[in-house]
Amino acid sequence: MESQRLHAPVRVLVLAAAVAAATQCTPSRPASRAGGGTAVQSDLAQAAQKTYVAPGDLDEYYMFSSGGHSGQIYVYGLPSMRHLSTIPVFTPYPATGYGFDDDSKKMLGELTWGDAHHPALSETKGDYDGRWLFINEMNGRIARIDLRDFKTKQILGPIPNLHGNHASSFVTPNTEYAMMATRFSRPVPNRPVGVDRYATEYKGIIAGIKIDPQTGEMSLAWQLLMPPFDYDLGDAGKNASDGWMFFTSYNTERATGKLEVTASQRDRDYIAAVDWRAVDKAAASGAGDMIDGVRVIDPQKVPGLVYLMPCGKSPHGVDVAPNGNWIVGSGKLQGVTTVFNFEKMQTAIRNKDFTGEEDGIPVLTYESIKDAEVPVGLGPLHTQFGTDDFAYTSLFVDSAIAKWKLGTWEVVDKAPMSYSIGHLAAAEGDTVSPDGNYLVGLNKLSHGRHLSVGPSQPESSQLLDITEEKMKLLYDAFTEPEPHYAQIIKADKVKPIEVYPKEENKHPLAVWDVNQAGVTRNGRNVTVKMVAVRSTLTPTDFEVNEGDTVTVAITNIEQTTDELHGFGLLDYNINVVIDPGETKTVTFTAKKSGVFAFYCTNFCSALHQEMQGYMVVK
Amino acid sequence: MQRLTWINRFLERPLDIRVRLMVLAAAALLLVTYFLPLWNLTMFAPQYPEGLRLDIYSYTLVGGNGGQDIKEINVLNHYIGMRDLVHEEFAEFQWMPFVIGALGLLMLRTAVQATGAALLDVTVLFIYFGAFSLWSFGYKLYRYGHDLSPTAAVQVPPFMPPLFGGQQIANFEVYSYPRASSYAMAASMLLLVGALGWAWWQSRRAAPRDDEVARPAAS
Repeated sequence: MESQRLHAPVRVLVLAAAVAAATQCTPSRPASRAGGGTAVQSDLAQAAQKTYVAPGDLDEYYMFSSGGHSGQIYVYGLPSMRHLSTIPVFTPYPATGYGFDDDSKKMLGELTWGDAHHPALSETKGDYDGRWLFINEMNGRIARIDLRDFKTKQILGPIPNLHGNHASSFVTPNTEYAMMATRFSRPVPNRPVGVDRYATEYKGIIAGIKIDPQTGEMSLAWQLLMPPFDYDLGDAGKNASDGWMFFTSYNTERATGKLEVTASQRDRDYIAAVDWRAVDKAAASGAGDMIDGVRVIDPQKVPGLVYLMPCGKSPHGVDVAPNGNWIVGSGKLQGVTTVFNFEKMQTAIRNKDFTGEEDGIPVLTYESIKDAEVPVGLGPLHTQFGTDDFAYTSLFVDSAIAKWKLGTWEVVDKAPMSYSIGHLAAAEGDTVSPDGNYLVGLNKLSHGRHLSVGPSQPESSQLLDITEEKMKLLYDAFTEPEPHYAQIIKADKVKPIEVYPKEENKHPLAVWDVNQAGVTRNGRNVTVKMVAVRSTLTPTDFEVNEGDTVTVAITNIEQTTDELHGFGLLDYNINVVIDPGETKTVTFTAKKSGVFAFYCTNFCSALHQEMQGYMVVK
Repeated sequence: MQRLTWINRFLERPLDIRVRLMVLAAAALLLVTYFLPLWNLTMFAPQYPEGLRLDIYSYTLVGGNGGQDIKEINVLNHYIGMRDLVHEEFAEFQWMPFVIGALGLLMLRTAVQATGAALLDVTVLFIYFGAFSLWSFGYKLYRYGHDLSPTAAVQVPPFMPPLFGGQQIANFEVYSYPRASSYAMAASMLLLVGALGWAWWQSRRAAPRDDEVARPAAS
């Protein structure tokens, strides 16, 4: 043993240390974390085995993680936590040419950033069906990604009246609707009104976004004029509570200024419960007023659409349990999470068991509708569900996850997270049938658990095994900034294509034969139909005149997996990537005269470097 | 002279019903060639772990993966200056189905108006056709591997792709093997040869040779 060979001075030191320990000096690490490192106790070998996906093997789950203010969605494989791809949604992404070609540029509009928070997978009967993924964005927008090709297909908005689309994009059990609700209230219609009249003149908005069941096309159906609270998160009722939508709200104080104080005064804020089927009917029968081209219904004038459920304190997450009867509201400034009973809530509505109203919207009696206050710990934010009626609540302040049981309301386990968990996502954990095997904590702060990369620290996402009584930490992953919520879906539910079939390409400027490639001029408009195929961009050169409006339509006529081609035009800020079978166009004004090279930017073949040509601007 | 007489007797002799059935079966087997491939070429490379597959029918070429593999093979081959593998390049696809049909009709004729001569004719023709087709296929492969464009991006020495078996060509493991239709044709051919042999044997047994007939008389 090493200690047996210690020299005398060292022995003295050891003795001194022992004395110091005995006299209780400040420990080097918190007692709660002493001995066990800084995380949940894990069997390393077991954790390694459970997360190791051997080269060539495939993951069990997809995780779609929101990219926050990066405006993107990041796709990870579980349990390996490997980053598989990035889906650009609200921000240009030169890697795939997103935001550079005419279509995606038009879809992005003038905004080149977005704050994307809560992805929602499309559902059938309350279960993920693997068709679409929706995600909200703060600038009043919502996007649809088609999981057939993992591409953003539609961005709806910025929609009128609504400001700061945070409580979104939660879909209803058969994807009838996605929802939007405002974090920021403002005058509706928007006009300059001083913040001193906030409490009465400013309004929140809840918007129903109708989804076409065949195409997924989103359209704005209606809006509800709400009191000026900050609407935060939401979840659609399911099973028993199907037809209802729940949104948390804070700042029910209707305060302005230093909100961290002024909006934290009341012990209870509200969960707004919306009977969206009733709103649907009201809208169909012509209720409400048209404001800025949108049907806006004031619940004061059409009673029975919205009820307020008191929930302490400044709640963040509201999550409906798989059976639909329990609604879990997590007040982030307290130590309990509140469970409401849907049946009791319905009874209270029938009996007009109200304690008051806010702008004509009835407030239900707290004691009549609540089932339990579960002492989960400090700063509960968001709840996900597993099997056997277990629920998992993230605790920001405690930096932990609490595991507790629906029905008995007993907290059975706690897992420390590194650090300060925000949302959490369980495998299919917000559906009617959660899988109960994996749980990912989406942490807000990171420190010391990865090679340092300077002050801009990466975000951390931690994978936990929840198959046993005790949660077990399996893996630390460092995810792209900044994950808010995520969706975890069984891989076999998603069936992506690998190339766009030639037959499906109906683009009017598509050409599938190099002999048809060429340049046509119509006045000052020049159209270049270009073919990309290993390893030539045809035509290899073209001439235009200064001031011409040039449209280059590039068709990648490959039908082979991963044979992408790029079209980068130097000095013109143009770079698109065309997938096999796809046609993309770029339109620009030939402002600068001279000679400009274009080339394939996406490595394609042994002769990729030869895949180039020139545009001559006379 | 006596033997010749005997051969003539075989040629003119009507065929036994069992022999006719064999010929009929041989004709029926040819139907397979209208539905299933004759030959298959499969090429594996590190970046093509599932392989690129090319099925050769008597009347066309079909690429694996919904036709995509043949396009991919052509894309790859253009780097070494090989001509495109396209239907139009193969005159075989015009005459092969016709010849197989004609042979089938000849077999049917043999089965009905059955003589040793007809059977011998169709068997010899079939063997000739089979041998010619194989040669033609081999020659085609040879030409593809040797008529390489002198301006190709990648210059490779002319090569002979495998006709039967596996071979490493650059980064590709290439396998070439007969498929169902070739086996059907081989079986058809075996049936014909078998029928011919059996008819011959029957003919010999039914009519003893003249010298054998003569021998007892001489003793």
